[in-house]
Amino acid sequence: MGADIVGELIDYQLRVNGHEHDVADGWLGESLLYVLRERLGLPGSKNACEQGECGSCSVLMDGRLVCSCMVLAASAVGAEIVTVEGLSPGYNELSDIQAAFLAEGGVQCGFCTPGFVVSVHDLLEHNPDPTELEVREAVSGNLCRCTGYGRILAAVRAAQETRQG
Amino acid sequence: MTVVVPACLEEAFEAFDKCPDAQLLAGGTDFMVEVNFALRRPPAVVCLRKVEELKGWRLEGGEVVLGAGITYAELMGPQLGDLVPCLAQASRTVGSPQIRNAGTLGGNLGTASPAGDSLPVLAALDAKIIVASKNGRRSLGFDELIVGPKRTTLGPGEVIVEIRVPAALGSQEFLKVGTRNAMVIAVASVALVVDWAGRSVRCALGSVGPVVIRARDAEKFISSRIDWTGRELTGDDDLAEFTALVRSAARPIDDHRSTADYRRHAVGVCAQRALGRILANHGGGAWEQTSWAS
Repeated sequence: MGADIVGELIDYQLRVNGHEHDVADGWLGESLLYVLRERLGLPGSKNACEQGECGSCSVLMDGRLVCSCMVLAASAVGAEIVTVEGLSPGYNELSDIQAAFLAEGGVQCGFCTPGFVVSVHDLLEHNPDPTELEVREAVSGNLCRCTGYGRILAAVRAAQETRQG
Repeated sequence: MTVVVPACLEEAFEAFDKCPDAQLLAGGTDFMVEVNFALRRPPAVVCLRKVEELKGWRLEGGEVVLGAGITYAELMGPQLGDLVPCLAQASRTVGSPQIRNAGTLGGNLGTASPAGDSLPVLAALDAKIIVASKNGRRSLGFDELIVGPKRTTLGPGEVIVEIRVPAALGSQEFLKVGTRNAMVIAVASVALVVDWAGRSVRCALGSVGPVVIRARDAEKFISSRIDWTGRELTGDDDLAEFTALVRSAARPIDDHRSTADYRRHAVGVCAQRALGRILANHGGGAWEQTSWAS
């Protein structure tokens, strides 16, 4: 990546869920979250706080869990981005973590769920057998106002046990 | 608004030449909040995410040289956790895993918030901060870089490139008070370093003044009261006096996060507890961590 100086509205490409996506006439101050939802038709990442507090916009960027509202979209050129849409095995299919959230009642209004799913996916990829404290720390950046978290923790435990067979 | 994503410092300096008003962007965890809320629309942004020279860390003599782009998550790694324990502790209190994966040490310094979690640590360790521009590099002490709330002495076109701290210096603790353990901006924080070999104590206070404060009187007092051979305190009232001196060094304000009175109280508790933990874990005597509450 060179020092490309670009104008007020620009065209660029983002690599999301394994595919190159064209962003046309984007304003350069747009967050990655905004571009995912409003320009690329990927509304799975939710927009709530826009200040990194709630975790509902969590995505993986070059394999690291981040809040997409905190990423300047135009600076993410060349990065590998995975959203919640990229975690399910196919269209209208659920990942094991999503299935566990449903089975354990870890979903109520559902707004925080995509962010939790991405965070839990990241946790179990790096730490397949986390303790409850490790789970709590891993989801400490995701807020849920419905469940009281008990059923979310149960869903994580269920997904963990299923993976371990 | 223009966005530049240079791959090396040289390219970053060139970008500054073309857009001298450019805003530096590191992890984005402060900057993007302001952009999202339309509080800021800088004419240009130089994003440092890909600048190779700012990544990683190395050992050089007795110093740990941290690239300014190192993230809090990286600072919590096992090796750095041993080399600079209180920086790892402070990093773990920053935001959430998402924030710790994005936010950087250089960004914390550049933002220069009075509540920056890494800042008391860097002040207590007498960190050297290396800044660079196309005209060369200079080395700054902590006080020489941060001079007020969100105010630094960085010149136009200058980038924080390295932070140098002593490797595995003495015993270290970082403590922070807020409403939760996660996602919280410090109400008060303390970094404490007991340098057994150098027979000195360094104590830096965060969130209780316009900038990080070194509690010099408290440091001098407690250094004179430690039995450096036996690694214990010599007098019964030493801890109380140390706490009082820490509190009198603080210059807190009332704001939406806390009252000044509570901040002053809390910073004393943190300092006392930090010293208690160091004496309990690394001291020579049978130190009991019971008198914590006052």
